[in-house]
Amino acid sequence: MLTRLGPPLTILLLTGPLLFGLAGTLLPAFGFLPVLGGMELTLRHFEALFDAPAIWASAGISLAAGLVTAAISLLVVMVFVAAWAGTPLFARIQHMVSPLLSLPHAAAAFALAFLIAPSGLLARLISPALTGWHHPPDLLIVHDPMGLAMMAGLVAKEIPFLMLMTLAALPQARAAETRRLTTALGYGRVAGFVYGTWPIVYRQIRLPVFAVIAFATSVVDVAVILGPTRPAPLAVRLVEWMSDPELSLRYLASAGAVLQLAVTGFALASWLALEKLAAALTRRAAGRGRRLRRDALARYAAFMGMLASALAVFAGLAALAVWSFAGLWQFPDVVPQSLTLKSWLRTLPRTAEPLLTTLLVGLAATFIAAVLAILCLMREDETGRRAGQGALALIYLPLVVPQVAFIFGLQFLLIMGDLLATLPALILAHLVFVMPYAYLSLKDPWRAFDKRYDWLAAGLGKSRWQRFFHVRLPMMLRAVLTLLAIGFSVSVGLYLPTVLIGAGRLTTITTEAVALASGGNPRIIGVYAFFQMLLPAAGFAVATLVPALIFRRFHGMRV
Amino acid sequence: MLKSTLAAAALLLSALAVRAEPVDPADWDGVLAQAEGQTVYLNAWGGSENINAYLEWANGELKERFGVTLVHVKLDDTANAVAKVVAEKAAGRDAGGSVDLIWINGENFAAMKQRGLLLSPGWAESLPNWQYVDYENKPTIRTDFTIPVEGQAAPWGMAKLVFFYDTARTDKADLPENATELLAWAEANPGRFSYPQPPDFIGSSFLKQVLVEKTEDRSLLQKPADEETFADVSAPLFAYLDRLHEVAWRSGRTFPENYPAMKQLLADGELEIIFAFNPAEASSAIANGELPDTVRSFTFPEGTLANTHFLAIPYNASATAGALVTANFLMSPEAQAHKQDPKVWGDPTVLAVDKLPEEARARFAALDLGIATLSPAELGPALAEPHPSWMERIEEEWKRRYTAGN
Repeated sequence: MLTRLGPPLTILLLTGPLLFGLAGTLLPAFGFLPVLGGMELTLRHFEALFDAPAIWASAGISLAAGLVTAAISLLVVMVFVAAWAGTPLFARIQHMVSPLLSLPHAAAAFALAFLIAPSGLLARLISPALTGWHHPPDLLIVHDPMGLAMMAGLVAKEIPFLMLMTLAALPQARAAETRRLTTALGYGRVAGFVYGTWPIVYRQIRLPVFAVIAFATSVVDVAVILGPTRPAPLAVRLVEWMSDPELSLRYLASAGAVLQLAVTGFALASWLALEKLAAALTRRAAGRGRRLRRDALARYAAFMGMLASALAVFAGLAALAVWSFAGLWQFPDVVPQSLTLKSWLRTLPRTAEPLLTTLLVGLAATFIAAVLAILCLMREDETGRRAGQGALALIYLPLVVPQVAFIFGLQFLLIMGDLLATLPALILAHLVFVMPYAYLSLKDPWRAFDKRYDWLAAGLGKSRWQRFFHVRLPMMLRAVLTLLAIGFSVSVGLYLPTVLIGAGRLTTITTEAVALASGGNPRIIGVYAFFQMLLPAAGFAVATLVPALIFRRFHGMRV
Repeated sequence: MLKSTLAAAALLLSALAVRAEPVDPADWDGVLAQAEGQTVYLNAWGGSENINAYLEWANGELKERFGVTLVHVKLDDTANAVAKVVAEKAAGRDAGGSVDLIWINGENFAAMKQRGLLLSPGWAESLPNWQYVDYENKPTIRTDFTIPVEGQAAPWGMAKLVFFYDTARTDKADLPENATELLAWAEANPGRFSYPQPPDFIGSSFLKQVLVEKTEDRSLLQKPADEETFADVSAPLFAYLDRLHEVAWRSGRTFPENYPAMKQLLADGELEIIFAFNPAEASSAIANGELPDTVRSFTFPEGTLANTHFLAIPYNASATAGALVTANFLMSPEAQAHKQDPKVWGDPTVLAVDKLPEEARARFAALDLGIATLSPAELGPALAEPHPSWMERIEEEWKRRYTAGN
């Protein structure tokens, strides 16, 4: 009975907020917002939108961010996997993927900012000895008008995501066998992989790539920290309009959210065209038998890209860690003049409440998501029908529709129920984003479970729930804990839904960190970045250590 | 900008008719009794660590003495809090609002007052601690940006535009003495001056400083901005900015977010002259290790902008009694002296020290204002703030001219 409820409940929780939210955004865009006296259908607000200064520049930056970020991240991942899969180096890099993936976007953006700014760690390391700079150079690196810094920050976060997705898809592609075959036929490592294995892999990671494009076209936190300011990317401007005392700007914001949908949609459509083009080029090259054996340059470039994105984030975080203990630290000093605990002592008491909210919301959303994911998968076992491509697309929907476009409307819904800025509302909002990751991370291990254990237990007369709690769950503990860790890290990193649904009263570590970023005090940002790192890491530590402890006497369960 | 905001929308659609309990500031014991156990949501800019820490301290004191819990809803623009109240009024939520107290002045105060969003009748002058307020000598306590306050906001602190520089790098003799010289200095030192991007309050204030200096007939600025004359009056300001942006930090293609952000830029030598609305800002930053102890203050001999910042209670606040107790406490000699300590915040008091009882006077006398703080005599004359409509129009025009980038 309970399992029967799983799939409909999941669909309701995923699509309900999404559909109502979209409706709540679309109606005001066309003039319907009764509280403000808007009762007529009109296109006036779109005219006002297109009159807004530099609106097309904002939309253009958002579009470019989506396409460039996805293209670079995917290219690096593809060539890197092509060039290095099966080598010891590959295994080592794999270990760096999880911590990077679990790091909130905002933390990675801070890290990059503190590395590449003109007064950042990189410039300090080489100044004045190599550069002759006694002052930081007057270079526009962070907040550059083209959004390059913002794209770099996004790439650093999306590479690990696409890498993990690729790793999951790789086993089905029989990469090693294909490699032996193409190598024997004289193809270069990269060419052989791209011709033989990649099409199979790519088919499976397409939805994640769409999610990357959608996220990058509508991101707010990374854009605030690294992105251009005059004009800012579209999503950032929408949120500004929404909070203006001039209430009529809400219509403008809603119209802008429709434009945001269009920009994301256009980015996805352009990507589909790019896919076709790339496929045609690959087919032609393959058909002509281009073996591309001299691919060392591409291989090392992909390796450097991979390493640079990881190192940049880790080095930036290290710099932030030092900042959190720094007294006076002037350019071009590589280390602070003095170290002090002052920032920590002042900031720690203030982190208690956001920390509590982060934990409560993260744990609740993740737990609910885990239960729903398990119910859905159990239902699959019962009916023998797997979720098809359609259901999978549905699960990805909250990741592919721009957050601003439906969170605005979701707010209105919550306001009507007088639920805005309440814990249940915030948990629901987080659940919408945690759920997809929970389901996706559990589905493969669940299906890989050897059903004979289940049959054996059934033969011994155990009921369905006894089999679940006494056999399946303990054996799948590791997978379930991993799901919880991933879900929790997603929740910790959520910025926009938390800001909008928490409405300033419910704040998490991530919203506090981004708000403080405006003050530009690197010491305090350092303290918050530490918690942004710590929380997801703690989740993954639990996911690794608990099974190790529980299974220490069970040889068969060790990895 | 982003923070907290849409709480506004918050109540947009709901029309919960919560009945407000009548609160009478004249019956102070009654107010104290009503306030006990209330939670006051203070909507205040949250971009500066020492200010946040001061409010933490206030929360502890208020809890212990009056049983009032103070929650700091951290804004990055005060307009967001105004937006919340505006939205609540639009939705008919005339009681049980989400904002109890707002840190406010200038255009935001004017906007709230004009739309009837403030608790009335004027309550501030019936608070017990009003007796110590220096309204005789500090005209901005009763007139905020030309708008009469009429007791609808309690004075919280004094502000004066003051500039800072590092003596280790800049010679005192080279310092500009007015906006025109500042431009010349910026042209001689390209990339070393900037201002926070409007609508940041301090950034907009800098624009007003230039406007006031460049306007011959300053009486015009005391009246609402007039569409017909705006272009003429503001022309010298925008001509100034056009030239300044050519030589500003990052060539005016981006701007610091706010004044705390400028402090680190001064420490790193990216900027050589920065400014704040708090004369003790540099001393405070030196005490916190954010700036080297070679940083000093200066001001323009012909005057810089000065004003008072306030605490206002929205007409539909949920915890009106608690808000009154909070406003009164924050105006107390003890809270004011603690605030004026540069190690804490450094914000100048609104009180007249000579009106205070002996013990409180000693508390102020004992304050070390810090090495980089100018004495009240050195602060120079105060320029009157223009009418709030000027700031609104200038911000709009600034956005129109300089947001493009395409």
